[in-house]
Amino acid sequence: MNLPPAFQDWFAAQGWQPHPHQIALLTAKGDSLLIAPTGGGKTLAGFLPSLVELRDPPGGMHTLYVSPLKALTADIARNLSRPVADLGLNIRIEDRTGDTRASQRARQRVDPPDILLTTPESLALMLSYEQAPVIFRGLRRVVLDELHALAENKRGDQLMLCLARLKTLAPDLQVTGLSATVEAPDQLAAFMGGAEVIHADPGPDPDIAMLRTSRPAPWSGGGGHYAVRDVLAEVARANTTIIFINTRAQAELFFQALWAENDANLPIGLHHGSLAREARQRVEAAMAAGDLRAVVATGSLDLGIDWGAVDLVIQVGAPKNVKRLVQRIGRANHRYNAPSRARIVPANRFEVIECVAALEAVQQRDLDGDPRGPGPLDVLCQHILLTACAGPFDADMLYAEVRRAGPYSDLSRDDFDACVDFAATGGYALRAYDRWQRLMLRDGLWRLRDPRAARDLRMNIGTIVEAEMVKVRLRGRGGVPLGEVEESFAATLEPGDTFLIGGQTVRYEGLREMVIEVTRQPAREPKIAVYSGLKLATSTQLSHRVQALIGTPAAHDLLPPDTRDWLTLQAGVSALPRAGVLVSESFPHQGRWHFAFYGFAGRNALQTLGLLMSRTMEEAGLGPLGFLSTDYALLIWSLDPVTDPAPLLDRDALRDGLGDWLGGNAVMKRSFRNVATIAGLIQRNMPGQRKSGRQATFSSDILYDTLRKYDPNHLMLRITADEARRGLVDFDRIEEMLARSDRHDHRMLDRVSPLAAPLLLEAGRVPIAGQGRQRLAEAEAAALMAEAGLA
Amino acid sequence: MTTYQVDFHGQRLEARPSGAMHWPARRWLIVADLHLGKSERLARRGGTLLPPYETQATLDRLRTEIAATDPDVVVSLGDGFDDDAAGRALPDDVCDSLRGMANGRRWIWVSGNHDPGAVCSRLPGENAAELHEELTLRHEAGQGPDISGHYHPCVRLAGQRLRCFLVGSDHLILPAFGAYTGGLEVTNPALAALVPQGLALACGPRVMPVPVGYRPQVRGRLARRGLA
Repeated sequence: MNLPPAFQDWFAAQGWQPHPHQIALLTAKGDSLLIAPTGGGKTLAGFLPSLVELRDPPGGMHTLYVSPLKALTADIARNLSRPVADLGLNIRIEDRTGDTRASQRARQRVDPPDILLTTPESLALMLSYEQAPVIFRGLRRVVLDELHALAENKRGDQLMLCLARLKTLAPDLQVTGLSATVEAPDQLAAFMGGAEVIHADPGPDPDIAMLRTSRPAPWSGGGGHYAVRDVLAEVARANTTIIFINTRAQAELFFQALWAENDANLPIGLHHGSLAREARQRVEAAMAAGDLRAVVATGSLDLGIDWGAVDLVIQVGAPKNVKRLVQRIGRANHRYNAPSRARIVPANRFEVIECVAALEAVQQRDLDGDPRGPGPLDVLCQHILLTACAGPFDADMLYAEVRRAGPYSDLSRDDFDACVDFAATGGYALRAYDRWQRLMLRDGLWRLRDPRAARDLRMNIGTIVEAEMVKVRLRGRGGVPLGEVEESFAATLEPGDTFLIGGQTVRYEGLREMVIEVTRQPAREPKIAVYSGLKLATSTQLSHRVQALIGTPAAHDLLPPDTRDWLTLQAGVSALPRAGVLVSESFPHQGRWHFAFYGFAGRNALQTLGLLMSRTMEEAGLGPLGFLSTDYALLIWSLDPVTDPAPLLDRDALRDGLGDWLGGNAVMKRSFRNVATIAGLIQRNMPGQRKSGRQATFSSDILYDTLRKYDPNHLMLRITADEARRGLVDFDRIEEMLARSDRHDHRMLDRVSPLAAPLLLEAGRVPIAGQGRQRLAEAEAAALMAEAGLA
Repeated sequence: MTTYQVDFHGQRLEARPSGAMHWPARRWLIVADLHLGKSERLARRGGTLLPPYETQATLDRLRTEIAATDPDVVVSLGDGFDDDAAGRALPDDVCDSLRGMANGRRWIWVSGNHDPGAVCSRLPGENAAELHEELTLRHEAGQGPDISGHYHPCVRLAGQRLRCFLVGSDHLILPAFGAYTGGLEVTNPALAALVPQGLALACGPRVMPVPVGYRPQVRGRLARRGLA
């Protein structure tokens, strides 16, 4: 297919020349994956073949566009309207997301538009309707936007299952994936089920460096507050700046710190996922209108609408992952062929090293990424149930179809059958539900026993399981919504407590109909932190680079002088961690022995290792009292010293510990809740739940404990264990650490080493106490009784 | 000592960590809201297929309690079954197990809102709407003083949500004994209306008394000291 004359004229009228990758997509015969930096006309490239074909609309849905963000679908609809009008195309473009009105959605099912813009969840919902084969019968093209982001989590797995379904319904379908720069384009193409990779010109190298600060980074902490004045100076010099911060709590605090020093009253906004939608939209609109000079943001701004005016990105805190850093840098200057400008602000000394290592990786275009395992089975369970909602299915045909989805190409028949069995009977060893199966096999086809169940199943669509959140609102009539906090955090609040949300300090007044009511409280110091939240671990590759940089004195010239001196001192009194060697130290400090272990395996893996090692220490009678983990090191304190780390690192013993001890851990229960929700064992949107004022539903922990006791081989537990290995527990990285390091270098020291000193200042200590929680509860109960005069 | 002694209208009662109430003077064991057959009922109604082990789990715990207290009388204080049909649909081995536990003692099923009908003939024991002894026993708190269940009370303590007994001047409310039962916090208006001020007896590894309905500042101060 060539670019028709009318289109050539249109490009010329814009003063544009079609990019080579736009033409390449036009001529592609099969499925394609376009890798292009931001600002490369990626979206237009994706739609160009559709627009050319739609000069003569065949009727019915021609093109389906899927994006991870609802906001993006509305933005695309606007952007497409101009070329469509200019070219005089007689087509309808509509979006369909969770926000679309029910009447509009119903009409779209009967009379679909030529181009439909949607999200993975809305696509899954559409495919669960009986009319799906009719709606998608004539579909010619699918455009998958921001595929690199979707491929990182279960939303992408679900989307690929839906794509396989679409290809069954419309065999002539042509798929185009659009992605930012990724480390392994071939893997992403395989994820799509196979596609030809097209590379756009990557553009000039970014202008990226560490921010020069007036003071050196502190020894520990993650706030980056020492650099607030330097950041403000950069903001003042730039046109518009995005300041990325890793966690919501840190973003809130940094935002406050900025405003405390913002003598010039530069308009600076805040944007993160826990803010009320209204508040976020206000910031986005102000940003688009050019009213803001800067916005402090978390990953909530990683994707989304292009703001051409942004000319500087500042990353506060360690980037954790080179690929994400590069993608964030790309948010600055969306004009093609202009270098993006970015500055990094390490939050502490260790992060200085990480930032230097990351900059090196960016310059070498060496992106990282921890490959995801095969497609998760909880997502498949949901897909099977939703497939049944659309109509009876044949297991053999569905199995063949699922294997055409990239993440499930190696799915075994046994695993598939186990998922079908789970969907149908619950998959329990005790076959209790013969009469009440969810799916029945009749005439060789699986179907819903009770078609009314489809409603509940559709309400459970999706693979994002949020922590239970509670809304926060200002007290008074029509109180302004401020955002949400985790339910577990809300439960700790008492009237009079103050906390930070949306950049302001508020006072907790009470809980009303599951909404937290607060009043403004202009106190300077909020008493409690905001969110616990998950912490992203530093990627494997970046950890390796950091370890190599520390272990290579010749490379220390790259580091700032104070950091260099620090490492030189460490080399003198102890040893430098280095590739292939597990360095550890034992030293006394404040009457306790401390064991510092430099594992460079990321904070989740090192936390798991802390749990497992301290158990071994307990058994050895060393009297461990507590531990803490960072991305690089683990620190355990105890009554007696560790003299030989080898027994603590015995791979088989660690594996055993993982099975029998970590099984009952809260981390596993959290993973189980996610898995069980996605697979449809527990429903997140129970109609009427919480409204009745009667007993709330019981917690998923009870189901987990029951299954572990009575049905330990159940599919849900197997999926949970698989997931925890890669996710929160991250045991795979412990194995990786052991595999790449065959030597131990343990030092007995008479005092804390330079490298270990910052660890003593880190927050996040985990006490080791089997009976700790019980003792704490008893202490509290006794204190309450005494206070109330009852004891 | 893992249990907690409560004096309620002249009777000494023993709250047990399992959520069962022992009345030593009469040799009674009282449990509320067993909700046997809950997963079966949810499945029958086209809902999700929960692990079908909660009846077994509940009975395992009940058996332990009976062995520990050797009561003359066992009282299920209503909602013993998740509904009447669930009561009739209990598998044979569950009925056998219940008959075994009831052997040599009286067994009384007080009816609740979930199970208003007569108990299935395969099960041991007798039905009652309410029991009037020195104390009144019924499913849902009424004219006090009485001992009841129904509300599944629970309390927050040190970041955990624990099932609890709730003891006020007129009402003593038992926690749910069944495995898959949620809870209603003692601060909920429905429970606060029944027990404006009293004690929650939290069921951990041992029973822990916690004041309920006293000044909120007490808890606030503790929270600031890092205890709550």
